[in-house]
Amino acid sequence: MTRLENPSVSIQDLSLNFGAISVLETLNIDVAEGEFIVLLGPSGCGKSTLLNCIAGLLDVSDGRIFIKGKNVTWEEPKDRGIGMVFQSYALYPQMTVEKNLSFGLRVAGIPRDEIAKRIARAAEILQIEPLLQRKPSALSGGQRQRVAIGRALVRDVDVFLFDEPLSNLDAKLRAELRVEIKLLHSKLQNTMIYVTHDQIEAMTLADRIAVMKGGVIQQLDAPQTIYNRPVNRFVAGFLGSPAMNFLDGRLEKDDGNWHFVAEDVRIPLATYAFEKQPVPGAAVFGIRPEHVAFNSGSGWPFTATANVVVVEPMGSDTLVWLKLANQNFTVRVTSERTPNNADTVSIGFDPMRASLFDAATGTRL
Amino acid sequence: MADLAVSLPAGKGSIGLEASGPRGPKPRHVFSRRNIFLYGTLIVVALYYLLPLYVMVVTSLKGMPEIRLGNIFSPPLEITFDPWVKAWSSACTGLNCDGLSRGFWNSVRITVPSVVLSIAIASVNGYALANWRFKGADTFFVILIVGAFIPYQVMIYPIVIILREIGLYGSLSGLVIVHSIFGMPILTLLFRNYFTSMPEELFRAARVDGAGFWGIYFRIMLPMSLPIFVVAIILQVTGIWNDFLFGVVYTRPDTYPMTVQLNNIVNSVQGVKEYNVNMAATILTGLVPLVVYFVSGKLFVRGIAAGAVKG
Repeated sequence: MTRLENPSVSIQDLSLNFGAISVLETLNIDVAEGEFIVLLGPSGCGKSTLLNCIAGLLDVSDGRIFIKGKNVTWEEPKDRGIGMVFQSYALYPQMTVEKNLSFGLRVAGIPRDEIAKRIARAAEILQIEPLLQRKPSALSGGQRQRVAIGRALVRDVDVFLFDEPLSNLDAKLRAELRVEIKLLHSKLQNTMIYVTHDQIEAMTLADRIAVMKGGVIQQLDAPQTIYNRPVNRFVAGFLGSPAMNFLDGRLEKDDGNWHFVAEDVRIPLATYAFEKQPVPGAAVFGIRPEHVAFNSGSGWPFTATANVVVVEPMGSDTLVWLKLANQNFTVRVTSERTPNNADTVSIGFDPMRASLFDAATGTRL
Repeated sequence: MADLAVSLPAGKGSIGLEASGPRGPKPRHVFSRRNIFLYGTLIVVALYYLLPLYVMVVTSLKGMPEIRLGNIFSPPLEITFDPWVKAWSSACTGLNCDGLSRGFWNSVRITVPSVVLSIAIASVNGYALANWRFKGADTFFVILIVGAFIPYQVMIYPIVIILREIGLYGSLSGLVIVHSIFGMPILTLLFRNYFTSMPEELFRAARVDGAGFWGIYFRIMLPMSLPIFVVAIILQVTGIWNDFLFGVVYTRPDTYPMTVQLNNIVNSVQGVKEYNVNMAATILTGLVPLVVYFVSGKLFVRGIAAGAVKG
C-alpha cells in the first residue's frame, strides 16, 4: 500500500469485529485532498461499515483514522469535520427543509445571520430555494436527497461521506443526480467518499475505486485500470455489465509459446502481458463481451466459429449468447447485425484485452 | 443456460365479445344472507354489552320507591338527579360523609403524577435501550421484562415494609412511586420497540449534526413519537385509575382513591341499600377512563396517521 504525501483522509490498520465476526480486517487507505473515492462491493462487504467508522458512528476495534492530518479515532462525529448523506435521506420529518438544514448549525450555536448565509448558499447550489419552507413529506425523492446533500453542505466540512445516496431513487432520477453530484464535486473540490454497489455510479463518479469483498479491499485504482486490468476474478466479474466471459481451461506451453486450451479451443497468448512468469496448469480466461469482434474477418490473433444459442436485444446493442468450448460465451453486437437463433457465426479477439486468472486462487496471471 | 428451450402457452384463440353480460361493479343486495348474519351478530353483541350500562343509567335516575317496583328495564317515570348528587357529595364511606368527591380528587392526585413520571422515565429508558447500545443493555432489558411477569401480589408485603422504612407508607406520594415502578417494564418495552422501529439513519444523521443524548431525545425522537405517547397515556391512565389493590393496600381512609371509596359505598352493610346511589357512583368512577378512551381514541388515530408519513 503506497501512502500519500498529505492525505485528506487516512485509514491505518483499521479493524472492526463484532464479537467473533470480523467485518473489517487491517484496512489501509489514503484519500488525497479533493479526491472522489468510491467504495464498491456487494452487500455485506463492509463498505458501509467502513464509512460509518470514518464518520465516527461505529467504534473501531483497532487502527487509527486521520482526517486532515488530525487523529480522529476517538472523536465524536460532529468534531471530525465530515458531512454525511444517507441512503434513506434521514431528514427530520417534523422540521421544514430550512430547519433540517440548520439543525446541526443551531446545535453548534452558530450565530443566526451566519446560519442564514450558509443555508442561502447551499440552497442556491442545490436549487432548492423554493422548497425551504416545506416539510420533507411534501418533497419528491430527488428533492429529499438534494436536501440531504444540503445538510452536509451547510456544515462547511472538508470531507463528504455518501452512503448509497441514490439507491432509493428510480433509474431516471438516479442518472440525473449522479451528474449533479459529479458537478458538485467539480465545483466544491471537496474530498468525497462514496459508498455504492452500483458499478455505473462507481465508474462514472470516481477518481479511484476501492473494490471491497469480505472486509478487504481487493483493488484500489482508477476506474479504467480496474475495468481493464482487474487484479482477480472477483473484481473482473463484479465490474462490467454484461459480465465478463470466463472460460475454464488450462495454460500450456508448446513450441515456446503459451496457449490457453479449453477442449478444442486454443487461444494463443503471444500478445497477452503476463503479470508474472506463467506456469502450466488450470486457469481461467476472461474477456469482456464488448472486446469480442463479431463476423469481422480473420485478422485477429484468435478466431473461432460458434452457434448462436439465444439473442438478447437491449436496444442500443444486442447480447449474443454462444457456446464456446461447451461453455457460455457472450458477445456484444450492434443492433443492426443481430443474428438469428442457431446461426453459425465467427468471432475473433485479441488476447491483449483479456485477463487470465489462476483457477485456484483467482489472482491475475 | 444448458437448456434454453422455451415452451409458449398454447394459444386460446380469440375470446368472443358479447354485447350483453355482466359489466361494471357487481350488484350487492342489502338483505343478503351475508349482511344479515354480519349485522345480526354485531347487533346482538352490542346489545349484550350495552344492556348493563342501560340498566345502570336508568336505575341511577329513579327514586328508591320506583326501584322497589322491580322493573329494572323500564325507563324512569320521574327523572331525579338526587342519587348523582348524593353519590358525589354526601354518600358515607366509613367515617366520612362527603361522597366520592374526596376519592375523585385523591385519584387525580395519584393518577396525574404517576402517569407523567412513569412515561417520562420509561420513554427515556426505551430510547436509551433502542438507540444507545450501552454495555449491559441487554441484561438490563431482560431484568426489566422479567419484572413484567412477576405477579403483583408477591411484592405487596415487601413494598409495604420499604414504604414504611422510607416514611411514605399511607401517603399519596408512596402510591405514586409504586404505580410508576410497576408501569416501568411494559412501558419501557413499548417505547423501546417503537424507537427501534424508527429508521436508525435518522439517529445517525442527528449524531453527525452534533446533537447529544438529550438533544436527540427532545428535538428528534420526541416530536416523532406522539402516537406511542398517546398509547402509553391510555394504558397508564386507565390502569392507574382503575387500580384497586395498590390503592387499598398503600393508602389510609382519607387518601383512598375513588375505586376503593366506591367499593366502600357499594358494600356498606348498614341501612338501606340505595341502588340508585350505587349505580350513580359506579358510573361516576368509570367516567374518567371512558372519557380518556373517547377523547384519545380520536387523537390516537390522528397520531398514527400523522406518523405514517415517512420522512
